[in-house]
Amino acid sequence: MDAAVTVTDLVVDRGHRRVLDGLSTTVPPGQVTGLLGPSGSGKTTLMRAVVGVQVVRSGTVTVLGEPAGSPALRSRVGYVTQAPSVYADLTVRENARYFAALHGRGAKEADAAVAAVGLADASGQLVEDLSGGQRGRASLACALVGEPDVLVLDEPTVGLDPVLRVELWERFHALAAAGATLLVSSHVMDEAARCDRLLLLRDGALLADATPAEVRAEAGTDDLEDAFLRLIRAREEVAA
Amino acid sequence: MTTAAPTRTPDRATGRLSPRLTAATTARVLRQLRHDHRTIAMMLVLPSLLLGLLALLWADVPAPPGQPSTFDRVGLTMLGIFPFVVMFLVTSIAMLRERTSGTLERLLTTPQSRLDLLLGYGTAFGLAAAVQAVITVTVAVTLYDLDIAGPLELVVLIAVADAVLGVALGLLASAFARSEFQAVQFMPVVVLPQFFLCGLLVPREQMAGWLQAISDVLPLTYAVEALQEVGRSPSATGTMWVDVGIVAGAALLALALAAATLRRRTS
Repeated sequence: MDAAVTVTDLVVDRGHRRVLDGLSTTVPPGQVTGLLGPSGSGKTTLMRAVVGVQVVRSGTVTVLGEPAGSPALRSRVGYVTQAPSVYADLTVRENARYFAALHGRGAKEADAAVAAVGLADASGQLVEDLSGGQRGRASLACALVGEPDVLVLDEPTVGLDPVLRVELWERFHALAAAGATLLVSSHVMDEAARCDRLLLLRDGALLADATPAEVRAEAGTDDLEDAFLRLIRAREEVAA
Repeated sequence: MTTAAPTRTPDRATGRLSPRLTAATTARVLRQLRHDHRTIAMMLVLPSLLLGLLALLWADVPAPPGQPSTFDRVGLTMLGIFPFVVMFLVTSIAMLRERTSGTLERLLTTPQSRLDLLLGYGTAFGLAAAVQAVITVTVAVTLYDLDIAGPLELVVLIAVADAVLGVALGLLASAFARSEFQAVQFMPVVVLPQFFLCGLLVPREQMAGWLQAISDVLPLTYAVEALQEVGRSPSATGTMWVDVGIVAGAALLALALAAATLRRRTS
C-alpha cells in the first residue's frame, strides 16, 4: 500500500538554526503514527511541513500523492496546532460550525464533532471561559469536523485527565480503523505504546522509525522510555 | 504535444473564490462582534457623539457669507472619515489576532482561499459600517441640523465604501505588522496623510502642486469629493459616481494586495 505521507531529504532552517537535517520517512495509511521527542526536536516543524505551512529549504513532502499544501489536499488534511487555535470570543458550537462550513459540512456534523471530544455540555460556552484542556478539545473538534483523510495532531492530549486521554486515543484508533491516517505528536511515553508506529525525533534527526514492538526488541527492553534512552545513548556512542 | 499540463497547482494568492466560504467567514466575524457588546455600542454610538462635539464647536461661529457653515462642510466629511478610521483599526487588530492565535495558520490549511477570507472580513465590517452610517447620518441631520442637499442613501453608500476601504487597507497593513505596537502605529501612517491631503483642511486647489499630485493618488480624496458632491447637489452627479468607483476600486486593489502578501508558508 502506498504511504500516506512521504518525506524525502527534508531540510528546514528556522532563523540560523537547522531544525530538520535531511529527514526521510514514510507514514503508512490507516494507522496511528506517533511522533515522539523532546521539546525542540523538530516535531512541530515536521508537522507544519506535512500540512504545507512551513517554508522548507530543500527536500520534498508528499501527502496522498500530492505535494504538501497543494489546494487539492486542503479538504483532505486536518491540522491541530499545539496551542488551541480556535476563536476565544466564540462558543464551542460556533467555532465547530464555522470550520464545518469551511469544509462543506453542516451543523449536524459540527455538533457530532463537539460531542466526540466530550464537549457537548459546554458547546454553548465561550472558548475563553473554558479550561486549557477543554480549549484543546474544542480545537480538535474543529479538525475532526472536516472528516480529513490525514489528521495531523500536535500534542493533542496535553493537560487532559487520564480518562479523557484514553477516550481520545480510542477515537484516534477508531478513525484509523475507518481508513484515516493519523500523525500524532507527544512527549509522553505511555502514549507511544498506543501508536501503531513510532518516529523518534531528536535534534532534527530520526532515532527510530519502527513499530513499538520493533523498538523494544532493538533496545532489548520492554519499557519504551528506557528503550528510547538506550537508543539515544547508543547513537551518542557511535557519534563519539 | 503543444501544452504541458502543470503537474502541481501553484500556490496562488486568490485560489478559487467561493461565495459560500466568504459568507461563512462574514457570519463568523459578525458572530464575534455580537459577543462583544461594548465594541458594538462604541461602533454605533461614538461617531454620533463626536459629530455632536463638532456641532457644538462651531455652533456660534457665523458662516462665511455665501458659503456653507463650517460644521456643514466638516461634519459631512467626517461622515466618511469615521468609518474609514474605525474600520481600519478594528480590522488590523482582528487580523493580528488571527495571526497570533494560530487561527490564521489553520484557516490557510482549509479549502478557503485567502481572498475568500479577506472578502469575508470586508463584507462583515462593511455591513457593520452600514448600520453605523445609518445611525450617524440620521442623528446628524435630525439632531445637529447638518445640511445635505443630496439623498441621504448616497451618504450611507459612500460611508460604506469608505469603511470597506478602511478594512482593505487595515488587512494590507496588518500583513506588515509583527506586533500590536506596530499595528496601531500603522493607523497614523496610513490614515493621517490621507486626512491632511483630502481637501478638508486646505482646499486642494490651494495646495502646492506636488502635494496636490500626492492627494490625487490617495483614495480618501475621492471619498471626500464624493461627499461634497452629495452635500451640494440635490441628485447624484457623474463626478460622485466616478469618485465612488475609485474608492471601491482602491479597496478591491488593496484586498488583492493583502491576499498576495498573506503568506501560506512561513518559516
